[in-house]
Amino acid sequence: MSVLRVANLCVVRRNRPVLRDVSFEINPGEFVGLLGPNGAGKTSLMRAALGLMEAQGQSSLANLTAADRARAVAWMPQSREIAWPVPVERLVALGRIPHLPGGGRLPPKDQEIVERALARMDLGALRSRAASRLSGGEQARALIARALAQDTPFLMADEPAAGLDPAHQIGTMQMFAALAREGRSAFVSLHDLGLAARHCTRLILLADGGVLADGPPDAVLTPDLMARAFGISVWHEHTAAGPVFQPLEVL
Amino acid sequence: MTKLMTGLSLVVPVLFLLSLTLGPAEVSAGDSLAALFSDDYGPLSLVMREIRLPRSVLAVLIGAGLGLAGAAMQGYLRNPLAEPGLIGVSSSAALGAVFAINTGLATGMALGLPIAALAGALIGVGLVLLLAGPQGGSITLILAGIAISAMAGALTSLVLNLSPNPFAANEIVFWMMGSLADRSMLHVWLVLPFVAVGAVILLRLGRGLDALTLGEDAAQSMGVNLNRLRLMLVFGTASVVGGATAIAGAIGFIGLVVPHILRPFVHGQPSRLLWVSALGGAVMLQLADIAVRVILPTRDLKLGVVTALVGAPLFLHLIYKTRKGQG
Repeated sequence: MSVLRVANLCVVRRNRPVLRDVSFEINPGEFVGLLGPNGAGKTSLMRAALGLMEAQGQSSLANLTAADRARAVAWMPQSREIAWPVPVERLVALGRIPHLPGGGRLPPKDQEIVERALARMDLGALRSRAASRLSGGEQARALIARALAQDTPFLMADEPAAGLDPAHQIGTMQMFAALAREGRSAFVSLHDLGLAARHCTRLILLADGGVLADGPPDAVLTPDLMARAFGISVWHEHTAAGPVFQPLEVL
Repeated sequence: MTKLMTGLSLVVPVLFLLSLTLGPAEVSAGDSLAALFSDDYGPLSLVMREIRLPRSVLAVLIGAGLGLAGAAMQGYLRNPLAEPGLIGVSSSAALGAVFAINTGLATGMALGLPIAALAGALIGVGLVLLLAGPQGGSITLILAGIAISAMAGALTSLVLNLSPNPFAANEIVFWMMGSLADRSMLHVWLVLPFVAVGAVILLRLGRGLDALTLGEDAAQSMGVNLNRLRLMLVFGTASVVGGATAIAGAIGFIGLVVPHILRPFVHGQPSRLLWVSALGGAVMLQLADIAVRVILPTRDLKLGVVTALVGAPLFLHLIYKTRKGQG
């Protein structure tokens, strides 16, 4: 059974159509990258699919009750808000909120899930630092760990790799890929096409308010589609070290 | 954190006893406490039960309420500068009270003033909810609160401006400075349900406020119903602050300073700050109410003046510390 099914999704903001008739389905084991130029509607698509903004059409997640949705999908928004100087480990533990009746100590099972999320995002050394005083990239890692701690079969993240150093960008993408191999799914918007080429199992390319392409990375990252969506020329080769993708020039 | 809770929980009863034994009459502490429970002490029993006990109880009740409401409001708005008066309750309660004083309702009826103030708070909060709409984020709530505060403030000034009676104007000004002097047990029974109901509502918001640390979108995706959270916050705060203002007048700075001081001790977590701030608010108002009686026992020093005099420099200190932390 799919973790997300979107059918004929339309989003209109301030009388301006943002998305028209978007349909797709995400299945267990998939790591789907969402690509598209600025303003293509990536964030709107994700928020509408989650039921966080008004939209016409169907989304299987938007139909759920708030409590059920919180156990079905974890969401990391683009705006990386951390309002208070909470220690990193407590910030990550906030991900357990949907699973706990509230207040009190974390049960051992939940504590274990939090520990795993901290380890996965390489946050061991930062665990007692105040999250709001970390660097931007470190905050992003803490927030990804928070979403992981929600321990849902499906994870959605809006530009999780932006602002991370190369090692943590690769580490984060490998982590999503590993989740997918475990049978979970991830749906992640990205601007780094090279990362998308190497790590995602499938890509959805948004342009002009609709889905321009949807398929395996090789079928989406073609020179023709890249020219139409981004107006760039690209170099894309399969090498001994895996697929390498490099944007070249503005057309 | 637990140490802090235990410490504050111990300080509250100590200050309560101190407050009970403090007064212009030259009576030993033992006698005055004994008079509370026995009729053998004649007029002293009356003084203890009808003057000092309500004053001490109100200091705990109202201080705790203001501290709690402040912590909840700051948690909801994710802003350490927020205070419970932001949603316009205290200024509309004050308008109701001013109206009661000016029309003579306050003197004509035993609880005329607090009841008029509660009515003012109720109207004010109703208007704020109406203006802010059933949905929407925190910004509309703040704007509606500011609008209602400004309106109530203007109407209060208008009443003062047109007051034909200089004594009434005088009384209004003094009432607005806030005080717990000369309140009776009747006042306690009137305010108790408002503070209790409001506190129960606010104390249950911890989970949602914790989730809001990550922003409105993330909180919503974790199953928090933001519309319900906002409604509960407004009701809880209105109930606590409306009740408190109706009885004690405008007492500022407690809802602002107490959560701010205590936040580092709970590592910034909004849910943990709620209980701690309630205790801290009780401590601060008790201290202030003891101070007004110790510093100038013969002059009627007003509570709101003292909390502001203590609160403002504390706040300056905090700003200085924050600035150093950023630099």
